[in-house]
Amino acid sequence: MIPELGHFALILALAVALVQAIIPGMGLLRRRADWMAIAKPAALIQFALVLLAYGILTYSFIVHDFSVLYVANTSNSELPLIYRISGVWGAHEGSLLLWVLILSAWTAILAMYSKHYPVDMGAGVISVLGFISIGFLLFSLFTSNPFIRLFPVPIDGGDLNPLLQDPVMAIHPPMLYMGYVGFAVPFAFAIVALVQGKLDTAWARWVRPWALTAWVCLTGGITLGSWWAYYELGWGGWWFWDPVENASFMPWLTGTALIHSLAVTEKRHALRNWTILLAIISFSLSLLGTFLVRSGVLTSVHAFASDPTRGIYVLAFLGLVVGISLSLFAFRAWQLRTLTPFSLISREMALLTNSVLLLVTMLTVLLGTLYPLILEALGGGKISVGPPYFSRVFIPLMIPVVFLVAIGSLIRWREDSLSTLIKQLRTPAILAIVFASVILLLLPGKASFTAWFALLLAFWVINSCFVQLQQRLRHSQGLLQGLRRTPRGWYGMILAHIGLGFTVIGIALSSVYSQEQDVHMVKGDTRTLGEYRFELVDVERITGPNYQADMGTIRIYKDEKELMTLHPEKRIYNVRKNVMTEAAIHSNLLRDLYVSLGEQRNANTGAWSVRLYYKPFILWIWLGGLFMVLGGLLAVTDKRYRLEVKQEKVKLDANHVTAS
Amino acid sequence: MSQPVESQVASPQGQRPKRWVYLLPLGLFVVLMVFFFFGLGLNPRLLPSPLIGQPTPEFSLPKLSNPDELFQHTDLKGEVSLLNIWATWCTSCRQEHPVLMKIAESEEVPIYGLYYKDIPAQGVVWLQDYGDPYRENAVDENGKVGIEWGAYGTPETFLIDQKGIIRYKHVGPISWHDWETTLLPMINSLRNNNGV
Repeated sequence: MIPELGHFALILALAVALVQAIIPGMGLLRRRADWMAIAKPAALIQFALVLLAYGILTYSFIVHDFSVLYVANTSNSELPLIYRISGVWGAHEGSLLLWVLILSAWTAILAMYSKHYPVDMGAGVISVLGFISIGFLLFSLFTSNPFIRLFPVPIDGGDLNPLLQDPVMAIHPPMLYMGYVGFAVPFAFAIVALVQGKLDTAWARWVRPWALTAWVCLTGGITLGSWWAYYELGWGGWWFWDPVENASFMPWLTGTALIHSLAVTEKRHALRNWTILLAIISFSLSLLGTFLVRSGVLTSVHAFASDPTRGIYVLAFLGLVVGISLSLFAFRAWQLRTLTPFSLISREMALLTNSVLLLVTMLTVLLGTLYPLILEALGGGKISVGPPYFSRVFIPLMIPVVFLVAIGSLIRWREDSLSTLIKQLRTPAILAIVFASVILLLLPGKASFTAWFALLLAFWVINSCFVQLQQRLRHSQGLLQGLRRTPRGWYGMILAHIGLGFTVIGIALSSVYSQEQDVHMVKGDTRTLGEYRFELVDVERITGPNYQADMGTIRIYKDEKELMTLHPEKRIYNVRKNVMTEAAIHSNLLRDLYVSLGEQRNANTGAWSVRLYYKPFILWIWLGGLFMVLGGLLAVTDKRYRLEVKQEKVKLDANHVTAS
Repeated sequence: MSQPVESQVASPQGQRPKRWVYLLPLGLFVVLMVFFFFGLGLNPRLLPSPLIGQPTPEFSLPKLSNPDELFQHTDLKGEVSLLNIWATWCTSCRQEHPVLMKIAESEEVPIYGLYYKDIPAQGVVWLQDYGDPYRENAVDENGKVGIEWGAYGTPETFLIDQKGIIRYKHVGPISWHDWETTLLPMINSLRNNNGV
């Protein structure tokens, strides 16, 4: 009975979404305040209904209601409580419901803050979000209903994929989804601007916090995902250019371009159409990402064929959303253009160049991701393009981007002179050369040009941040006052750019100076890696809540002093019989020691295959991600976004206003 | 601070993009969609590979099992064999791997591997962990030989006859169905033709 209630709530939510989409939308076109007033209550009711449906599905997981097909497929009576809660989004149907939940939550928050926007803008945005919600609710109800019953009721469920039974993996998908869905809001703002054929000067100020929030969630989600891959997959790799990873990376690239282009639009009212195009592309890629990851198109060759309705629906929905918004762009964007002059040497130009480069990077990633998919759709089988392609195209495109980051944040708006710029950047450049060279000399191992060059770029960015700080304080009376007067958005930018520098350092040093050994060890064996000595002390059988595992005990010595003991595991999950590697890692800012246990090679001698890694500075990759997230959060909370619209009453048809 | 001059009215003198420029994103998207739509009806397996019917490209590469020994194209002559292009970074290869293991167990045909654009040590461990279906692997670390074979992705598998002539190319992972309905019958007929 209870799951049916959830199903019913979802149907009601669809009805409310129709109201939320159509009536305020018509109100916007016909300029009727009474119709537009429906937007807020409809958004709140829709959120309540989706929340109810989601709550009921979670309840079905918690009480082990295996009469629900989705629960039976993705849960098990041995599954710990936390993974029963996170298991709700462990497969396609539930994660789709999570998507709708987050979308309706964003819409509800926007509705609560609607006094920050003019009436027509608020109503229009809620209407567009309502249309997106309709699409997803239809998809959920007709092709991926999570409330379908199963009869006869199985005694036990098929269990959650063991890869997902991990705390980080439990929060990684919702983070990504919050990012994906978050780009729906800038998208909706862009659509309303195109429909109205006008773009208020405050438009960019309204959109920026939303775009930033989405970007923060996406950055956080990607960082967590990469960290998870590193410690969970047992290969010591942290990025695989896997289609699923690319699916989240592409909207990140254009989202990054978007938040920078929005800055230009807010400060200088320039690049409006470019900003709108980036908003449309970012959300389109988010949709693509959602579908690629969970629809089964990517995980299995046959999923597409076995449920053709899903695949066709996905394509049709994507085509509709992208087609309509790009048509609007084609015919309306022209009216929004502005003539805000800026010279070749200006901040506008630097930010524009970088956003174009980011877009091109996205296109190369898209090509590498879709090419195997297209080939597969054409019947050519499933192939991997793989890291060789991506590293060849990605790195050359990223070098100018990172180079321009320092310039773009220092150079003046509108026009600057090359000589001032050179004077400002001389010191950070020289210091970057010094720092990069000194660090290279301090590092053990052969000096590498790649590492030096990457360090140079990273310090170029980081040093330029300090130049900016110095410039900002030069004109203020006191140091403290200057620091206090500086808006949070500025600190956010500095933090995020320093984060970028950290990530570059982490990537370069860990990939150049990593050492690894894949060895066979029996108890008591030792192996040396760099200045560390690893001893396999023991391997014992242990029992977890829903798995059996071989747990190794590996002691690590440095200079004959015992440093630590690590416990890598090889787990076999009871239900699905999947074998999972749980690597044991000791991290600090200078290096990671990474140990993972392979299989028992020889039962007689007790030899185990063991992987030992020494990865210098790898933590900096995710530390940089953390800095970017913190920077984004600081910028979102900048107080200028909290300004309310001072009763910017929309010009409404007088008759309709009195009629209401 | 001088406030820069702003104008909402664009000048037509081509300083801003022309009107048709705004159609470009839509145009690009439509072209992509049309390609998808018509593309779904095509079958690229029917496209001829220039290598079919040709002798295998010449190569001489270190063996994965022992880098001091060389694996050469001439080693492929003498019996019907499969050459599988793979790498550890290739997720589809992981998917294909159990099928290759089953084929190897059936002992119908030897499988050789071209270990493509990857670090040798990783491949050794990979085979140790997941099982080794290959009789021998040639290490093509920089991918030059793969290009000669026309590899544009992994996995790809070539069927080579007794004289070292390429008879068939399979793009993407081999499924058990592919093996039973396409590869095995071709292998059997190649063997029979030679016997007569």
